[in-house]
Amino acid sequence: MYDKALPQPNYLSEPKGLKSWLLTTDHKRIGLMYFAAIMGAFILGGIFAMLIRIELISPSKVMMGADAYNQVFTLHGAIMIFLFIIPSIPAALGNLILPLMLGAKDVAFPRLNLCSWYIYVFGALFAVYSMFANAVDTGWTFYTPYSSETGTAVISMALAVFILGFSSIFTGLNFIVTIHKLRAPGLTWYKLPLFVWAIYATGILQVMATPVIGITMVLLVLERVAGIGIFDPAMGGDPVLFQHFFWFYSHPAVYIMILPGMGIISELITAFSRKKIFGYKAIAYSSLAIAFISFLVWGHHMFVSGQSRFAAMIFSFLTFFVAVPSAIKVFNWMATLYKGSISFATPMLYALSFLFLFAIGGLTGVFLGALAVDVHLHDTYFVVAHFHYVMMGGTVVALLGGIHYWWPKVFGRMYSEVWGKVCAALVFIGFNVTFLPQFVMGSQGMPRRYYTYPEQYQAMHLFSTIGSWILGVGFLIMTIYLLHSVFKGRIVGKNPWGALTLEWETTSPPSPHNFEATPEVTHGPYDYDKIVVEPT
Amino acid sequence: MNNQGTFMMPPAESTLAHEVDALYYFIYYVSLFFFVLIVACSLYFVLRFRRKGKQVERTPDISHNTFLEILWTVVPTVILAIIFVWGFRGYLKLTIVPKDALQIKVTGQRWFWSFDYPEGVNSLNDMVVPVGKPIALLMSSQDVIHSFFVPAFRIKQDVLPNRYTQAWFEAKNVGEYDLLCAEFCGTQHSSMLGKVRVVSTQDYNRWLEEAVGSLGAGMPLKDLGEKLYTSKQCFTCHSLDGTKIQGPSFKGRFGSEAVFTDGSKRTVDENYLRESILNPQAKVVAGYLPVMPTYQSLLKEREVDALVEFIKSLKP
Ligand SMILES: [Cu+2]
Ligand SMILES: [Cu+2]
Repeated sequence: MYDKALPQPNYLSEPKGLKSWLLTTDHKRIGLMYFAAIMGAFILGGIFAMLIRIELISPSKVMMGADAYNQVFTLHGAIMIFLFIIPSIPAALGNLILPLMLGAKDVAFPRLNLCSWYIYVFGALFAVYSMFANAVDTGWTFYTPYSSETGTAVISMALAVFILGFSSIFTGLNFIVTIHKLRAPGLTWYKLPLFVWAIYATGILQVMATPVIGITMVLLVLERVAGIGIFDPAMGGDPVLFQHFFWFYSHPAVYIMILPGMGIISELITAFSRKKIFGYKAIAYSSLAIAFISFLVWGHHMFVSGQSRFAAMIFSFLTFFVAVPSAIKVFNWMATLYKGSISFATPMLYALSFLFLFAIGGLTGVFLGALAVDVHLHDTYFVVAHFHYVMMGGTVVALLGGIHYWWPKVFGRMYSEVWGKVCAALVFIGFNVTFLPQFVMGSQGMPRRYYTYPEQYQAMHLFSTIGSWILGVGFLIMTIYLLHSVFKGRIVGKNPWGALTLEWETTSPPSPHNFEATPEVTHGPYDYDKIVVEPT
Repeated sequence: MNNQGTFMMPPAESTLAHEVDALYYFIYYVSLFFFVLIVACSLYFVLRFRRKGKQVERTPDISHNTFLEILWTVVPTVILAIIFVWGFRGYLKLTIVPKDALQIKVTGQRWFWSFDYPEGVNSLNDMVVPVGKPIALLMSSQDVIHSFFVPAFRIKQDVLPNRYTQAWFEAKNVGEYDLLCAEFCGTQHSSMLGKVRVVSTQDYNRWLEEAVGSLGAGMPLKDLGEKLYTSKQCFTCHSLDGTKIQGPSFKGRFGSEAVFTDGSKRTVDENYLRESILNPQAKVVAGYLPVMPTYQSLLKEREVDALVEFIKSLKP
């Protein structure tokens, strides 16, 4: 029982013309533009990932030289982190969905919102320039004094990071104000969907942590351009100071990446088990707790970099402390499944993958927090595998779940459920085949960022490369069926999943102003014990 | 007796390696327990409570359980506290250097390791140490950050350009163990490999004696140069067969004309070779990067002569 045509007018169809898109202040259109941009970055970063894996099939040279390899892994990291994963969920899905969830007409500062998209594009151009002008080869971490000396295009990439930071800060600021000021009548804090709480906590991190990386990058550029000795010991600087500055941002940044993913998972698990969330406040407050503690653990990236034993002790202690709220969230999601009415639709498959993969990512973090064990595992593939389980197994899988979940809302059409399930399985299998062997070879002593490697690690590298091909096929099929559905997908009604959050109360796709009348909120986001909504 | 290591960990060859492994495997099994618990419960729930048919039904409101919530907060906290203390104690053992240790100065340089012994002996990429004695490493770098990593000993320490860092180990068995650079340091980061050769005390003393005695004395210059070409790692960047690596090949180099990055030219003679060894950045051959480190502190006068003589002998 669904309409045969999309509701008119909707934000996709009105107003028309390229100019109406480029100058739009509609959060949904900006969200879609962000979505297109980050997907471009994801494809680019993914191609670099495939190149890395091909080169590592054999212990010696396969297809590129050492310098090219160093550039490729640097570009993979820098693009995936700064251009894809940090803006991914907040800027794309957050923009598309957050105001709808709040029952608002738009974000608090619509023009600032458009501005942050342009800043993103401007920053991205610097990154692309660096790619073509003797690409940067420092690793995405830009460690000094290597980055102060190397002849590659460090400056343009550092400026890219600096500029992209502003786009992230503006988005965070915009969402914080929006959540404070634009909630629909009756939508009290404890009636907010947990995705909103997660975006709120993320916003705090974006606003407070990002300036530090911006300043650090400026200092690095100044050192290279003006010869001001800050990090390079040849000029009287201290290279370890750079590491402190860098991780002071980049550890909180880990949570800028994962918190929104956790927010999505709370939405998916409740919607597809049609069940009230277990421990609403525990999940909401653990997001905030994680955000604050995450400012105090940066030194766990530097246990072997020459910091004092006392500092190492404090950072190790606080690191274990930040693990507890994450564990609580996992247990809460599990408990939510209990006595639910569980559907295995594609988004739910991603949510279940997330539980599996994020559990591995989180638990392997415990190894790295333990000082004596970290000495051995630091800078090996164990670390590589760990953060891919958190960033890709966690954030990217959550993002994919979110994309599939909100796809019918954004486009008013449904993708192919069969292909959706096939790809969810391919991504899950491919991911594990790629990264599980990396825990083994890392523990065995395989260092990261190695172009050639001792022969004993080859079998594991081969597994890993085959896994990357499975992942590649999964993403390829996904791209095809998603694009196909935009034009040919089955048209759906307002609420194809029968979910209770506000975004499902407007048409799919929504009208340019979101709601015909400002909605009144009378129930909680997960009151599946009281309310039954027929999917439409 | 060499042990083979386990599926996850390489052979444990230092006195502290087993302690590191014990904690590793403690975390491993605790993690495995929780992982199986999470996966098993989730699987059971999703299968047991899967949606049957299309009808929409209400579900019960189960949003709190004080006992469970306290349980799953307190239990992980306690376990993590244990791991924290255990890890910190191990870290202290790994990083506090025993007083009676034999001290070796380690220098990291793009892209090789240099070891200086108290007796004045220097070796490159080949660290010879006696078995069963604590060895203290005082480390610094000539250029960027490197990291001294011996998986079999479970030690890793960054090597910095502007200050000393320290590490130590005591090898349990005679044998050869991989030394790797673990901090990205440029083009040949992955070839910045060395060996730690653990030998018996007698063999160590014999090696040291030989090394002290024959700091090249008595050997013809050309032969000494040939030896140094390998032992000082010249071969990683300069071939003998004309192949272009990081630097120009030595084959037929002497007497040829060198063109430099600033466009100037000169004939390769003894003085030019000497300058290029001791102050490589003074004249950089066109088409190559200024990546060669100085050998000023690494070669004795006679050794420089020897290398020059060796390069001279390599006819086109
Ligand atoms: Cu961190
Ligand atoms: Cu290195």
